[in-house]
Amino acid sequence: MSASSDDPRLRMIGVRKRFGATVALDGVDLLVQPGEVHALIGENGAGKSTLMKILSGAIAPDEGRMYLDGQAYRPVSPLDARRRGIAMIYQELNLAPHLTVEENVMLGIEETRWGLVLRRGPMRQRVLAALAELHHPDIRPDVRAGDLSIGARQLIEVARALVTDAGIIVMDEPTSSLSQEDTAHLFELIRRLRGRGVSIVYISHFLEEVQQVADGFTVLRDGRVTGTGMVSQTGAGRIIEMMVGRGLDEMFPRVDHHVGGVVLELDDLCGEPLPRHVGLRLCRGEILGLFGLVGAGRTELLRAIFGLAPVQSGRITVAVAAPTLTTDDGATPSRRLSQGVGMLSEDRKAEGLALPMSLADNITLSRLNAVGRWGFLNLSRQRQAARRWIDRLDIRTRGPQQTAWDLSGGNQQKVALARLLHQDADILLLDEPTRGIDVGAKVQVYRLMGELAAEGRAILFVSSYLPELLGVCDRIAVMRRGRLIDVRGASEWSEQDMMAAATGGGA
Amino acid sequence: MSDPARPTGVSVGPTRVRQLLNALGPLLALVLIILGFAAASQIRNGLDEHRFLTERAAHSERSGRAAGPVPSAWQCIREHDNRFLTVNTFRATGNQTVSVGIAAMGMTMIVISGGIDLSVGSVIALTSVMTAWCLQRGSPPGPAVVAGLLLGGLCGLANATMITRLKVVPFIATLGMWGIARGLAKGIAAEQKIDAPAHWLGTHILVRQPNPPWLLVSPGVWTMLLLAAVVWAMLRYTSLGRHVFAIGSNEATARLCGIRVERVKLQLYSIAGLCTGLAGVMQFCRLTVGDPTTAMGAELDVIAAVVIGGGSLSGGEGSVFGSLIGALIMAFLRVGCDHVGVPTWVQEMVIGAVIVLAVAVDYIRRKSTA
Repeated sequence: MSASSDDPRLRMIGVRKRFGATVALDGVDLLVQPGEVHALIGENGAGKSTLMKILSGAIAPDEGRMYLDGQAYRPVSPLDARRRGIAMIYQELNLAPHLTVEENVMLGIEETRWGLVLRRGPMRQRVLAALAELHHPDIRPDVRAGDLSIGARQLIEVARALVTDAGIIVMDEPTSSLSQEDTAHLFELIRRLRGRGVSIVYISHFLEEVQQVADGFTVLRDGRVTGTGMVSQTGAGRIIEMMVGRGLDEMFPRVDHHVGGVVLELDDLCGEPLPRHVGLRLCRGEILGLFGLVGAGRTELLRAIFGLAPVQSGRITVAVAAPTLTTDDGATPSRRLSQGVGMLSEDRKAEGLALPMSLADNITLSRLNAVGRWGFLNLSRQRQAARRWIDRLDIRTRGPQQTAWDLSGGNQQKVALARLLHQDADILLLDEPTRGIDVGAKVQVYRLMGELAAEGRAILFVSSYLPELLGVCDRIAVMRRGRLIDVRGASEWSEQDMMAAATGGGA
Repeated sequence: MSDPARPTGVSVGPTRVRQLLNALGPLLALVLIILGFAAASQIRNGLDEHRFLTERAAHSERSGRAAGPVPSAWQCIREHDNRFLTVNTFRATGNQTVSVGIAAMGMTMIVISGGIDLSVGSVIALTSVMTAWCLQRGSPPGPAVVAGLLLGGLCGLANATMITRLKVVPFIATLGMWGIARGLAKGIAAEQKIDAPAHWLGTHILVRQPNPPWLLVSPGVWTMLLLAAVVWAMLRYTSLGRHVFAIGSNEATARLCGIRVERVKLQLYSIAGLCTGLAGVMQFCRLTVGDPTTAMGAELDVIAAVVIGGGSLSGGEGSVFGSLIGALIMAFLRVGCDHVGVPTWVQEMVIGAVIVLAVAVDYIRRKSTA
């Protein structure tokens, strides 16, 4: 495969990429040797995914050069990249839910007779071989991908990379929804692939995983390389410093706040199909973290509380205005809003914001009557209100009339938060509020959460990122398969305990 | 080890079984509709006969002649020959289905890919007018048919070009073509019907009595079935077919997997256009004139057929067999209502209700099996 033995498998030099106002990559270099497992480390939004999308031909860089085995490489399309031996396993699941496992694995690389008729037999063999290599012969190739569990779907993505004779396999957070057993199988597979001379770019922010499996590493922060070296020769603390670029106290600013009376109580809450039998209390002035793997039912829990998902049985009690807890049935989002509950969606682009609308509209949308009367809007008051939140949250924008499209991820998230504040919600349900935003914006969000708690608001904070939960929350609850496994004070948890509770792997 | 996060590969039976079940739903509906109309026809004819016999008996009594006993209404209903469940009804309905059924084959592919084509009715009119126009100019039937087909394919290609190059969503692009094709049809026909010698197109394709008789149904119906088989094989056994499903299921994934989405759409809409062209030729065979105002609103019949047959307008789902059944359901509803004497305005309401019902029932059924 290689032209000469001393050429690296992959060399990327000075890669730059901008999206609108955001600089995603600012001159990134990456070097991967044949048969090396190279960890690409960084926070969400550091530019890892963008870099890999450039490698896989999904997007074109603005500047920079790439070489594969010493030869210039400039993919024009994902197909082109696949032909050059680059296989991608994306973080967000990329399956066609209506197609079967086999059809998904072979998508785009179907074997045909005369370039027309599918050769089903040989394709079936390749798929079965790949599934066997993953230790999952139990996944049937003719089951629809949409019917599989999240973990199985992730394995299908891995199988997709295995059936091609790839020289480089990029794995973007491949273990984020795998069980410990499957993670172990995957690591074993990675070692076997490395033995065959396959290079693997392993993207993760779980340092323990990186230390287990990777040879070399490159750290990205805010679109720049902040460090590179061998994993075995570098301490975990040093790598964290490269990732975060500051000490941990600066990362998670503490604002003093005091926990008061119960404002939200869940009693044996069952959704359709998740969550299962969840009982939980949230207090005034408290930040309660909620951790779990993909599919654990955290988002479903939030949506059930907010009236967006059906409640099968159980009770949700909201007590913001009334001093005593009152029971209510048949919640709808508008009812919840009037009770002082606000939700921040994890899907900012599709659900959280109306991207084509202005910031002013987005911020005031859930409480328009605050800026108007009798159904008419007072546009100057709307702008004033928006401007107030823009200042308070330090949203970088040209003004309230700008559309939400043009903002960077972090600023978009602040707009979504500003809506909750404008709405004056006392109970804030925040679903992955720091996903995909840069480190600076994260710190601002953490500080804001602390300030809100100090004002006596209650925050339910869903996150998949262990350090931020440990750094910000008063208490943390862990969910697994729809059930609430454990709730403890933040100081009584460690990252390992939380992972073990979330995966059911035992402490 | 009972690891809770362990993925399981099995939750529902294999796809093929499910596909079969999905197709059986519409088939069952079709059978019910046919039986329903047969029963209605039986009752109506029996009652008519009963009334006729009663009146005749009364008449003969008045004129002093002896009248035989009049059978009861129930006896009349039971003993009457059913006029609906006849070979001729089926042949006629088959012939009525051909145009919508053929266009539905193209629409099935488009719906599976997550698109829609609103221009079908207009393109049917345009291609039937084109065929008539060629024949009027003295062209033999063969080339006239080819001209109709190619014009249909061209319309499909134009739709695809608007969608892939101008990035206009299918709904709007084909809405544009809906106007353009209708206008062009009227222009070619100078806003009148084109009378043309139909040759064998008029006498052999959509006839009531197929010649030779061993064909059982008209050559037009055979054309539809053959086309259905071809499209079915294309969707199931070729990479193009699989890519069509992939694009409808998740276009971003399809692109990441290296599928040339634009090219697939180009091919897809062109093939669908050819189908519509063929539907237009069939329309000419049925009318034996080129009528630029024909097939008004046919696109909705075609879309309804696809959706009744299990197609999902959000893409990724649809079946050739189902669409064919859907087209037959639409045709049988019309023929049956006519046969039983239901007024047109009621017919339209019935058809509307059936479309909504079919999709709602399908949704409930899927939810319960999932």
